[in-house]
Amino acid sequence: MAGNIWVMAEQWNGGISEVTYELLALGRELADGLGVSLEVVLLGHEAEELAAGLGEADVVLYGDDPALQEPTAEAYSRVLTAVIRERGPHGILIPVTNVTWDLLGLLPAELGAPLLNFCKDVGVADGRLEARCLLYGGKMEANVAATGTPAILGVMAGARAADGPAAGEAPPIERFPVSLPEAPRTELQRYVEAEAGDVDLTQQEVLVAVGRGIGFQDNVELAEELAEELGGAVCGSRPVIDQGWLSLSRQIGKSGVIVKPRLYVAAGISGAPEHVEGMKDSEMIIAINTDPEAPIFSVAHYGIVEDANDVMEALTEAIQEAKG
Amino acid sequence: MKIVVLLKMVPDVVEELELGPDGRSLDLELLRLIINERDEHALEQALLLKERHGGTVTVVALDAPEIDDVLFTALARGVDRVVKIEGAPETLTTHGAASLLAGGLPDIPDLLPADLLLTGCQAMDDLDAQTGPFLAQRLGLPYVGVISGVEVDLEAQRAFVSKEYPGGMHGDFEVTLPALLGIQAAATAPRYVPVAKVRAAMQSGEVEAISPSAQPEPPLVEVLKMMKLEAAGHAEMLEGSVEEVAGRVAELLGERGLL
Ligand SMILES: Cc1cc2nc3c(=O)[nH]c(=O)nc-3n(C[C@H](O)[C@H](O)[C@H](O)COP(=O)(O)OP(=O)(O)OC[C@H]3O[C@@H](n4cnc5c(N)ncnc54)[C@H](O)[C@@H]3O)c2cc1C
Ligand SMILES: Nc1ncnc2c1ncn2[C@@H]1O[C@H](COP(=O)(O)O)[C@@H](O)[C@H]1O
Repeated sequence: MAGNIWVMAEQWNGGISEVTYELLALGRELADGLGVSLEVVLLGHEAEELAAGLGEADVVLYGDDPALQEPTAEAYSRVLTAVIRERGPHGILIPVTNVTWDLLGLLPAELGAPLLNFCKDVGVADGRLEARCLLYGGKMEANVAATGTPAILGVMAGARAADGPAAGEAPPIERFPVSLPEAPRTELQRYVEAEAGDVDLTQQEVLVAVGRGIGFQDNVELAEELAEELGGAVCGSRPVIDQGWLSLSRQIGKSGVIVKPRLYVAAGISGAPEHVEGMKDSEMIIAINTDPEAPIFSVAHYGIVEDANDVMEALTEAIQEAKG
Repeated sequence: MKIVVLLKMVPDVVEELELGPDGRSLDLELLRLIINERDEHALEQALLLKERHGGTVTVVALDAPEIDDVLFTALARGVDRVVKIEGAPETLTTHGAASLLAGGLPDIPDLLPADLLLTGCQAMDDLDAQTGPFLAQRLGLPYVGVISGVEVDLEAQRAFVSKEYPGGMHGDFEVTLPALLGIQAAATAPRYVPVAKVRAAMQSGEVEAISPSAQPEPPLVEVLKMMKLEAAGHAEMLEGSVEEVAGRVAELLGERGLL
């Protein structure tokens, strides 16, 4: 009898992250495909009420301990390792986010289990799980299978559409015992809120985003001029922030802000999964990149294979002209 | 303090990537390898800590094309010692590489225990495992990843690190040393080193080479098929001169009421 499919609920910042519901929708397909149950694991402290929205699963496996209040990898990995060894699930779906990142590495290492990471889709073939994974900064994809069970699957946001918390009845909750004998070696002291930026990027209708491909800091000005002409703001990818060309509050993506403007211009941005996560739901995406194979073109609505700085400059002029 | 940094060579993904004849991996012949970007940050963070606390920084890497140049450049930047682990098969999965490193690090004379081991928090070519956590588990060290700030209190044998969370939020962690940290960004951008200094390092420096006693472990995942992302599949590509394209975009924006 094959083991069940598990989804690890991301419990953070006082609630269940949206991506958890996406994974539950995916997990349901996989469980049905394998003819097994779908179980969701929830860890926390006095957090049982968070189980109410997890009704897509057949059962909530709930572990409670003061050390599990925040999703720190050391404690989470220890507790999960024990319960996985005891119950032998077939596969465990874990969202790939900065919250779960350390856990995604520690858990398979602890278990000696296979990790399929950066999955954008997962299916069942010949009774085993097969994933479509992103690699090389999103430029390549691979079909990958685990050689054994339990398989740990790191699933990217957007793998399925999420309907949010399940309405209807709360699922049955099964509490399992938690034992954390050793003192932790990594301790979360406090959260530090994001430094408030001068603009709220989530409220902008138009964003002009620059990446490493603009070449020099001076070219940020071209983006500023374009943004001003469009009544929007400038933001950027990670390397631009690392170089100090823009402040940290202007970062779009996994570690930065998630935006859905009416228009997103991506200039000199490759479209790595960590960036795309933050802008893929924009209404209209125009990408400018000298590499016709840049992954950004797979999420953009319009693509331009040209020098980003030339296009930004010409576009500012064309818009001035169009406005008359 | 004693710091070890692990550097990995990865394909430069800005270049065109081609599939190899097996259809399950990249064509190695055509690849240009560069140092994984996060590892540059790990190295910079190590050098910043050395400047503040004194001690040594050792860089360790598995043998790879161009690795000597990279290791000499590290020496020129201020690293004290560079070591390459030889004898790795050319096609090595992440799990295989991680196991080879876990087996090889203890074989390097006078290296462990170190106060801090730093890796990049992720390599560009990743698939099955994450080397940092794997090494931490094998070496019995605590691990925190996605780090963009490290302070050390050597006397108390503690590190205070800043971990990135979604939405620009950070978490401050206290970690007991020795520890392994996955670095996302150094406090300042990686330092530039003039070519003359690299040349000097090549003249006077030495790359130590060791063969590990351990064999790489077999992979736990199987790549069935690899393919290029169909990048242009989605976007409507706009062609013509820059001015023509700009004019067309202005039109599109006008139609959508965005002007
Ligand atoms: C845990 C983690 C979290 C992360 N979080 C984020 C995040 O929140 N946000 C984020 O952005 N990244 C994040 N990253 C980094 C991410 O993986 C990528 O490295 C990053 O998004 C790449 O930025 P880029 O596209 O500007 O640079 P590159 O990938 O270097 O791309 C530059 C692009 O510019 C093109 N180009 C070159 N010259 C020109 C020219 N003249 N005109 C036009 N195009 C040109 C190139 O073809 C290339 O496609 C994270 C990484 C990790 C490991
Ligand atoms: N072959 C290798 N040689 C040295 N360091 C490595 C190697 N593979 C991985 N690492 C380190 O582990 C980090 C994460 O790599 P990965 O697990 O491949 O994503 C890298 O950024 C390096 O610091």
